[in-house]
Amino acid sequence: MKAPLLQIEALTLRRDGRPILNQVNLSVYSGQVHALLGLNGSGKSSLAYTIMGCDGYIPDSGRVLFDGRDLAGLSITERARLGITLAWQEPARFEGIPVGRYVGLGMPQPDREQTVAALEAVALPAKIYGSRAADQTLSGGERKRVELAAVYAMRPRLAILDEPDSGIDVLSLVEIEKLIRRMAGDGSAVLLITHREELLATADAASLICAGQILFSGDPQEARQYYSARCRPHLKSLGAQPWDATSPEAQAALDSNGSLRSPVSGQTPEG
Amino acid sequence: MTTAQSRPHIAGQQPAWAGEMAAMLDAYQQAGGDPQALQLPEVATLVISGEQVLAAHEIPGVHFEAEPLEHGVRARIVVEPEARIERPVHLCFGVIPAEGRQEILADYEIGPGAQVQFLAHCSFPNAVRVEHTMQARIHVGAGASLTYTEEHFHGPHGGVDVRPHAEVVVDAGARFVTTFSLTRGRVGALDVDYRIDVAEGGVAELTTKAYGTGEDRIRVKETVRLNGERARGLTRTRVAVRDSAVSQVYTSMEGNAPGARGHMDCTEIVRGQAQAHNEPLVVVRDDQAQVTHEAAIGAVNRKELESLLARGLDEDEAVDLIIRGMIR
Repeated sequence: MKAPLLQIEALTLRRDGRPILNQVNLSVYSGQVHALLGLNGSGKSSLAYTIMGCDGYIPDSGRVLFDGRDLAGLSITERARLGITLAWQEPARFEGIPVGRYVGLGMPQPDREQTVAALEAVALPAKIYGSRAADQTLSGGERKRVELAAVYAMRPRLAILDEPDSGIDVLSLVEIEKLIRRMAGDGSAVLLITHREELLATADAASLICAGQILFSGDPQEARQYYSARCRPHLKSLGAQPWDATSPEAQAALDSNGSLRSPVSGQTPEG
Repeated sequence: MTTAQSRPHIAGQQPAWAGEMAAMLDAYQQAGGDPQALQLPEVATLVISGEQVLAAHEIPGVHFEAEPLEHGVRARIVVEPEARIERPVHLCFGVIPAEGRQEILADYEIGPGAQVQFLAHCSFPNAVRVEHTMQARIHVGAGASLTYTEEHFHGPHGGVDVRPHAEVVVDAGARFVTTFSLTRGRVGALDVDYRIDVAEGGVAELTTKAYGTGEDRIRVKETVRLNGERARGLTRTRVAVRDSAVSQVYTSMEGNAPGARGHMDCTEIVRGQAQAHNEPLVVVRDDQAQVTHEAAIGAVNRKELESLLARGLDEDEAVDLIIRGMIR
């Protein structure tokens, strides 16, 4: 069996004294779309930032391995140059940087044809968008699509897509799902972060994260059932932002091991 | 028109001013201008080097009067009422030698209902110790529209002391849009001081961009008084400083009449030992006026930076890209 490209081992992260990630284990393989499903505040984006090495996201314990290499101590740039990149949930806006240039930033050599193809893959005509600035004049959905085009144009070994579907209209969503599959088809590993169960149809594997813990990893369909049965009943408490494991609602939702109380039996939470 | 030449034409003749003109055209190009545009008969052009008027080409609707001063030129630029000037009027100011002083006293009269754009390029490519002062009075007549874009190039030595000062009156229903850029070469010392009065239904938009390095000193002072009903004002200031450069931005907006709306937007990025200072002043004298202000002073936005790092840029490349985009 081939080794995972991304392997996360017993990762724990605290920020400002709060537990954010707790003993997270996760494996993502090349050519695979692995969906990470969880409610708002469950730790999905924090996991993405930790993998990418963002400021303030140094794990308290555990390891992030990429192609067998421990990423500890590597900067964002070094990780990107290994082939890891991230599409932010709410991408930054850049005054004066044309969309075409932004999309081509991750390419080894700027390539106009590749830039045009990447923009068209997210249903943005290069003639219209290529010279526009990647700034606040783009709508939220347009900026998201530009971000995905930039990730696609980079041809990364690992693409972390943080809620690529949020803010995207229904018609464009079809294009986005195609793009995600195309990236995996090209050999990239895709970690697809979402809180929408529907997007699991795009995935080859899925994990559920609740309160900073991976509760389930496996088949996307089973993940969906698990999510409906075990996460939805706790929606009220788990939807709190930021997650506060000490709140009365959270305490009611968690068992003595810190895992979610299970309304169903026969499933063993991971991590 | 008091000037030596009406056209900046130097091919095939070698009068005394030809070498100066050629140097000014080179300087003009370094400042971002297109020398070819200065040759077009349908383009109004005024070229001033030191205290010499090298060219003043009028077109229908645009007139120049210029006279030399001891250390500069007094110029009057008139756009006739209701004139629609299709091509931008090109202005070229500069000092070619390493040392010198240039004082421009300029009087712009934009007639009621006129529409015109000015492209001004100021170049001091060899400056080691050059002082350039622009004292302008700009009157934009009722219903007129003036777009004034000014780009500077100060060469690599940082030896320029530049003071663009202007008193601007925007009449009822008129529009004044100006962009000042000093983002190539060293700044030296820059002291921008614009004071603008806007009448009923008038609009004033000011954009100032500068990039200071080394020991550069940047001071931007902009005062917009929205005196008439429904007058509109916007200031956008984009300054980046690194090394030991210092920037000081003072913007002031007054809402003095019903329905007046103003906004001030300032971003200053600081690197290394540089310092940035921002003092906005908001004054509202009418309970139906509104003035807003936003400012971001300091480091490059972390999220913007990390977004670029995640594409494989190193930190210096990413910061430079963000700054270049901001002052573009």
